[in-house]
Amino acid sequence: MVTAVTSMGRSGLYDWMMQRVTAVILLAYFLFLACVLTGGVDFASWKALYSQTWMRVFSLLALLSLGVHAWVGLWAVFTDYLTERLMGTTGNVLRMLAQVVSAIIMFTYVVWGVQILWGL
Amino acid sequence: MLQVSIYRYNPETDAEPYMQDVQVDTGGKDLMVLDVMELIKAQDTTVAYRRSCREGVCGSDGVNMNGKNGLACITPLSETVRDNKLVLRPLPGLPVIRDLVVDMGMFYAQYEKVQPYLQNTSPAPAIERLQSPEDRAKLDGLYECILCACCSTACPSFWWNPDRFIGPAGLLQAYRFLADTRDTATEERLSRLDDPFSVFRCHGIQNCVNVCPKGLNPTRAIGHIRNMLLSRAT
Repeated sequence: MVTAVTSMGRSGLYDWMMQRVTAVILLAYFLFLACVLTGGVDFASWKALYSQTWMRVFSLLALLSLGVHAWVGLWAVFTDYLTERLMGTTGNVLRMLAQVVSAIIMFTYVVWGVQILWGL
Repeated sequence: MLQVSIYRYNPETDAEPYMQDVQVDTGGKDLMVLDVMELIKAQDTTVAYRRSCREGVCGSDGVNMNGKNGLACITPLSETVRDNKLVLRPLPGLPVIRDLVVDMGMFYAQYEKVQPYLQNTSPAPAIERLQSPEDRAKLDGLYECILCACCSTACPSFWWNPDRFIGPAGLLQAYRFLADTRDTATEERLSRLDDPFSVFRCHGIQNCVNVCPKGLNPTRAIGHIRNMLLSRAT
């Protein structure tokens, strides 16, 4: 049993499940957007679409899913390439730094996204 | 004449590894790669590699041939040689002891972690623990592994985390005992695997399936383990 405190849910199974669930949500969201866009949009219809509560909820769900999906994926990338095994202690410092930076970016995007969605 | 490029490294005399070009006369025959290695050794006795049974049973001569891992003794030249060139390297990702001989310590350490032996706390019956033919059939495709390490050393997740990711070979064996109806340690086995690295470093790219000389499917076994973990936790 390997311990890890920096992964999304600290459990491989939870992270794996979240990765799959968020992938399905993102697929549904982007397919829906693609359908809307191919149907042709102008500013008025786009604004009307995003002024509905269900669309805002759906968009926020997709945004949160993107955050979770990116967190799980990037955590896997960081723990592959920025490790103590490959670089000594520097690896741990760089990995923590990379994780904090990506967490801040993710958090910023989510808050900013909420502001955009409900500020229209 | 077959053009062979072989990885050479003797830590006692070489500062770093290098590739040595050798010409081998195959006599126009479709030899096995191991035969070619024997012919090279006849020319240059300092070449080191592991071999034993020469019939794909012992798993000693796992090497990287033209970029693909496999057993030298059961890989015919016609299967791997392109443009009359053969590049021989040690299995990737493991420390090289000398030439094509690698240190399998990390590989065995992961194998040891899965406790690859039958565990049953109930008193042993007078004769043997019986199993139905259907239950026995569940072990097909699992027990045949010869631990040649071709799969684990073809796996990028194992290259980066050989100390934390069990690897395809170890996980295939983990499932071999999880699937065995005579084994009663299923819960303990699953508990030991339930972390972000041991099983879940597998991203399903199936390099292991692609190289397994016995035609086994570790990715499928890993999927079964994941499903067992999932149904245990939901």
